[in-house]
Amino acid sequence: MSEAHKITLATAWLDGCSGCHMSFLDLDQRLIELAEKVDVVYSPIVDTKELPPVVDVGILEGAVSTEEDLHKARMFRGRCQFLISLGDCAVSGNVPSMRNTFDLDDVLDRAFVENVQAQPGRPSESLPTLLRTVLPIHHVVQVDLFVQGCPPSADTIWQVLTELMAGNTPDPTQFTRFGA
Amino acid sequence: MGRTIKIDPVSRIEGHAHITLHLDDAGNIDDAKFHLTQFRGFEKFCEGRPFPEMPALTARTCGICPVSHLVASSKACDHLLSVTIPPTAVNLRRVMNLAQLIQSHALSYFHLSSADLLLGMDSDPKSRNLFGLLKVDPQLAKDGIRLRQIGQTVIEMLGGKKIHPGWMVPGGVSGPLSEDSRTAMLAMIPEGLDIAERTFESFKDLIGKFPEEIQHFGNFPTMFLSLITPRGGLEHYDGFFRIKDADGKIVDDMVPLEEYQRIIGEAVEPYSYMKFPYYLPMGYPDGIYRVGPLARLNNCDFCGTKQADQALDEFRALQHDRPVSSSFHFHFARLVEIIFALERMKELLESPHILDTRVRARARGNNDEGIGVAEAPRGTLIHHYKTDDDGLITWANLIIATGHNNLAMNRGIKQAAEHFVDGNHLQEGMLNRVEAVIRCFDPCLSCASHAFGQMPLRIELHDSRGNVVDQMVR
Repeated sequence: MSEAHKITLATAWLDGCSGCHMSFLDLDQRLIELAEKVDVVYSPIVDTKELPPVVDVGILEGAVSTEEDLHKARMFRGRCQFLISLGDCAVSGNVPSMRNTFDLDDVLDRAFVENVQAQPGRPSESLPTLLRTVLPIHHVVQVDLFVQGCPPSADTIWQVLTELMAGNTPDPTQFTRFGA
Repeated sequence: MGRTIKIDPVSRIEGHAHITLHLDDAGNIDDAKFHLTQFRGFEKFCEGRPFPEMPALTARTCGICPVSHLVASSKACDHLLSVTIPPTAVNLRRVMNLAQLIQSHALSYFHLSSADLLLGMDSDPKSRNLFGLLKVDPQLAKDGIRLRQIGQTVIEMLGGKKIHPGWMVPGGVSGPLSEDSRTAMLAMIPEGLDIAERTFESFKDLIGKFPEEIQHFGNFPTMFLSLITPRGGLEHYDGFFRIKDADGKIVDDMVPLEEYQRIIGEAVEPYSYMKFPYYLPMGYPDGIYRVGPLARLNNCDFCGTKQADQALDEFRALQHDRPVSSSFHFHFARLVEIIFALERMKELLESPHILDTRVRARARGNNDEGIGVAEAPRGTLIHHYKTDDDGLITWANLIIATGHNNLAMNRGIKQAAEHFVDGNHLQEGMLNRVEAVIRCFDPCLSCASHAFGQMPLRIELHDSRGNVVDQMVR
């Protein structure tokens, strides 16, 4: 297969722990096989930082917690033919959304005012604004496939990618569940 | 009013950040800032949770080093229970912690940083990554993948899954080690050691190519903070705090872990969601120190295993009679620690008691306050909880390994930018070097946000009227 016919893949992490990306790296030796079929055009693990105008498959990890996350989710939706919501934070909000039951100011003050010995204050300079409510990705853009798990195992990610490479629509519920 | 260069995002690091370089009118670097751009709020939203949930919950701070949070959190919970946990449980926790050190250090060196070292700081950003490395030096890339896999597999054998295992619990661990798993783990260690040794050898050949980087990548005097054993050896699970200064003089030693508040303060800067810990008695920001592999090797008197102690001698030779000051040598220290972790893991697994089935102490909450401290791959990690009479968390404080290096990372990018960046004529490789400083520290920003992302890199150079005078995109 020539380089020109490789499937293009873009990944990004929003508000998560990076565990889903680490699970992707847990593909281990399968990464070598993947690199023959897929071109990772944009991802935290590569240096090409401009998301191309058209990408075959996009993967988003993490929930939407800031204005920047919101912008990224929209950009991915606009440019990716097929968008995957990967992991429980992306699918349900999960741990990042636990702050929703508290007032955002109280959450910030615990970290930046109460538990501090010098220069207390809420940071804001050159930083994205935090949303009052953390949201799963499909609350802000349409998603084509949900893959549950905290994180989804490397085997699950492999199943999803190989099915997509074969031109099929994967059914991750066979391999994973919330909290898996 | 000067100009600003923004590097957004910093790539091939574990997390989401950007850098701003502030130039004066002549185009010289005036200041540099490292901005962590996400924030989660664990210290608040843990309120009301039953304390036994804390290890599994706080592990979700980080998918790279969840085991560190499991360790620190479980230890804080042991403190709440007020129990001494079975020795086999301690050793099993140590095995998992070392396995994580191996996989996390492998990730940092092979997957994230080696592209800079082997393909070059100025190489094409399109292929300057693990996949590019697979084409240029497939053996090294495959070694990295395998070494990380060995660490992850040990974690999976103990805890049932590679990322976010729930096996470490208040009072110990939830299940003993099986003989089959022990045999399988021990069988992988020689291969791991072979990889670690040949990587260490090839790295020593490589560093001759980077004299300028070694000189200017966060190379300045700071103190170092780490844990040490009661005899002064390299320690990752328990022990005491040691702080050493840039001349090698011990500033504070054998500080009990529960007394962290006597030595560590935290400050806030308006430009980052990551806080700035400092050595409290010296005040902020004079109390700057570094943590992590560089600090641990500078602080310890010995490693305690054969090959690692030989490698430690070579580390010491980098800067005679003084702690090693260049942050570039975080890489060096990381490779020494991989060797140590494999050797130490072998010793622990070969102990006959490692298969004991008494691996958990049981009690209800007896203290209303618990502190747990451990060495994460990136440095000293502190969890501190308070609970009510029902065992529900009322307050939490987490001091994250990466955070300790915040002051030094900011100072490090400024030093590199001053040396490498020509503000009047930008080149991609200049800015990659500024990012590469950050990669030396191997920051785990998902931890540090107690947070996280990714955007196109667009660098614009503005003049004082706000007109774009130069720009680049990658």
